[in-house]
Amino acid sequence: MIKELFNQDTAPHATNVLVGKLGEILVRAVGKPFDYAINWGRLWSLWPVHLETACCSVEFGAASSPRYDVERFGIIEAFGSLRQCDLIVVMGTITRKMAPRLRMVYDQMPDPKYVVAMGACAITGGLYFDSYNVLPGIDGVLPVDVYVPGCPPRPETLIQGCMLLQEKIKRMKAR
Amino acid sequence: MTTQLPPGISLEKVDDRIMTLNVGPQHPGSGHMRLIIKVDGDYIVSCDPDPGYVHRGEEKMAEYRNYIQNIPHLERPVIHDSSNILYPYCLAVEDLLGIEVPERAKYVRVIAAELNRCIYILYWLAIYGIFLGHSTMFMWPAGDRELFIDLLEAMSGARVTHAYLVPGGVRNDLPANFEERCLRQVNYFEKRLKEYEAIFYQNPILKARTQDTGILSKTDAIRLGTTGSVLRASGVDYDVRKKEPYDVYENLDFQTVVMKEGDSYARSYVPYLEMFESCRIIKDALRKMPKSGSVRTKLKPNPKGGNDEVYRRVESGRGALGYYIVSNNRPEPYRVKISVGSFRNLICMPYLLKGEKLGNMPAVYWSLNYWPVEADR
Amino acid sequence: MSSEDKKDGSTDITDEKQSDVVGLSKDDAKKYYEEKGIDLSPDVPTKPKPIPQFEKSMADKISSKFADKVHVDYIRADRIRVVAKREDIVDVAKYIRDDLRYDHAESVTGVDYPDSKEIEVVYHLGSYTDEKLARQVLTLATRVPREEIPNPGSDSSRTPSLRDVFYSVEFHERECFEMFGVYFEGHPDNRRLLLPEDWADIPPFRKDFKIKGR
Repeated sequence: MIKELFNQDTAPHATNVLVGKLGEILVRAVGKPFDYAINWGRLWSLWPVHLETACCSVEFGAASSPRYDVERFGIIEAFGSLRQCDLIVVMGTITRKMAPRLRMVYDQMPDPKYVVAMGACAITGGLYFDSYNVLPGIDGVLPVDVYVPGCPPRPETLIQGCMLLQEKIKRMKAR
Repeated sequence: MTTQLPPGISLEKVDDRIMTLNVGPQHPGSGHMRLIIKVDGDYIVSCDPDPGYVHRGEEKMAEYRNYIQNIPHLERPVIHDSSNILYPYCLAVEDLLGIEVPERAKYVRVIAAELNRCIYILYWLAIYGIFLGHSTMFMWPAGDRELFIDLLEAMSGARVTHAYLVPGGVRNDLPANFEERCLRQVNYFEKRLKEYEAIFYQNPILKARTQDTGILSKTDAIRLGTTGSVLRASGVDYDVRKKEPYDVYENLDFQTVVMKEGDSYARSYVPYLEMFESCRIIKDALRKMPKSGSVRTKLKPNPKGGNDEVYRRVESGRGALGYYIVSNNRPEPYRVKISVGSFRNLICMPYLLKGEKLGNMPAVYWSLNYWPVEADR
Repeated sequence: MSSEDKKDGSTDITDEKQSDVVGLSKDDAKKYYEEKGIDLSPDVPTKPKPIPQFEKSMADKISSKFADKVHVDYIRADRIRVVAKREDIVDVAKYIRDDLRYDHAESVTGVDYPDSKEIEVVYHLGSYTDEKLARQVLTLATRVPREEIPNPGSDSSRTPSLRDVFYSVEFHERECFEMFGVYFEGHPDNRRLLLPEDWADIPPFRKDFKIKGR
């Protein structure tokens, strides 16, 4: 472990692992009563990565428009740097060219991180079930927390999906 | 690093001055594509666009579905301009099958297409605002866009993926009181549009960032085969609605917007002025539309095209949009090619970004009216 | 029923399948469809359309210049289609640009014909500079041989690039190269454009590339 930290090639990954482990020790030290407090903090910082993968990004944009105004719930305000994000909203079709990049983006995000699969294409491939270049859903690439169906989902559906995610986080064990 | 490289692969020689940047696919200023940019200090020395992150093989899929089943997936490349991307498909299929469209349907189609053009341009403008750090310009168009989405939702039943235009007319008739409601909202919107001018287009910061950046001259615009607002901002008077009028555009009263500066500012100003023209077209079409009548010619089940080919085009939000359909006596088309404005404007990107400052990249990139999902198809 | 029909979710009635699919003779099948009320007459009216004058004069210019080197396929309102051999396509394109004043390409595409072992490369040309040509689209086509086992870039499916004539074909030809495997000689940048970097299959728009489940 320590050797890895000083090796130039493996250092970034090893640092991530180290930070994660330190966090785990901290959580264990403060114990279960603080689960709620930790989760409560995570609830209101669901900043998604700005990774547009297909046409659902139009409705993602519409979700932060004045009519839907998703920021009143304190969630999904698209964010520039993925080092500060803890949510990835997969907006639609994942092609074979995009899939490695999607995984790369996910791997670079700090823990804990959540995944919302938005749109029929991200869930099962949707309309493009027989296309040669489209993955049949992102389950093989990322562990999905919430599925938001629709082609594309209305902004209300996306908001509801993200609120479901909040509910889920509330009940999670703080790692 | 002493890692042994496999044979045939060599590392790029690292230059002291030139640095390679990957802009995208995860980048707030790029979206669904990657630009491989080489910079010398702050200046871009070369740009190599790498699209294809949303290549879904629409054209191949179209060969396995019949003419009606093709409608839903062919509108997906530009879901916020879905009437305009289906328009040439409908025209082409009507040519192939020899279908006549009722007069009222032609007007309804034009109204749907123009409403959708406004929706597209407003979304584009919203993103342009946020690219340039002007958050108000995200909120205003994104909010006003909902007015038109409401209208199209009343017409077709869906929020963005309308599938409203079908070969032979439109899917269903207009709802009750539509004319009145449409007129009211368009009138309101025209008033609202004038406020954009003051807050965005006269903003000195915007002018400083966009004027005289990414200048495309008239000869180059023609040589590169650009289309749409990019072409018209460079001083070429070309609009398919005027030059090759389809349906009822020749009866309607509107002008082509042309500017001659050819910089990012002109490219962002032309679509804005086009929204006024769209409003004019909608109002004119509402006035001239037959008040009753059929809106759809029924097709036979599983219609077959002859041994023929057809190329039809319309003016979409991003420029000329053409469908090339080859049929061979089967219910499915033999080959469908979608010639899209975004893909045609892609060639400008390496051309315009060379020599620009890196900070101007988003201003130039998004002013090209480029929607990556459509370009990749 | 073949798998193709099931996926469509519709009754796929085609002339070839009338007899073999249902298992009836041709006359019986006809009767069967008549009872069901399905019309089998061709969908396209075969009324000849008048040949427009302006387009005719344009096509005549090309055919008088190149005589038997080119073949004018059809002349319709606003559309002309010219087929040239691939050896002559650069000359024809140069003539179209310089004398007929078409100045840009709208799209470059291919159509695969496995039966005649050919791939057709189709250029759609338009004009911005000439007001009279604004509504015209000239279709310039050429045919290249098609290999059973494609090896893009090093087999005989190749044609001269028109990039020096129409600069705007650059990205379109790159797309055509990766989608059909037609190599454009003289194109400076025949690289992959849309497909993933690790694409190891045959070019996807060829007819022998089947998409899954079909």
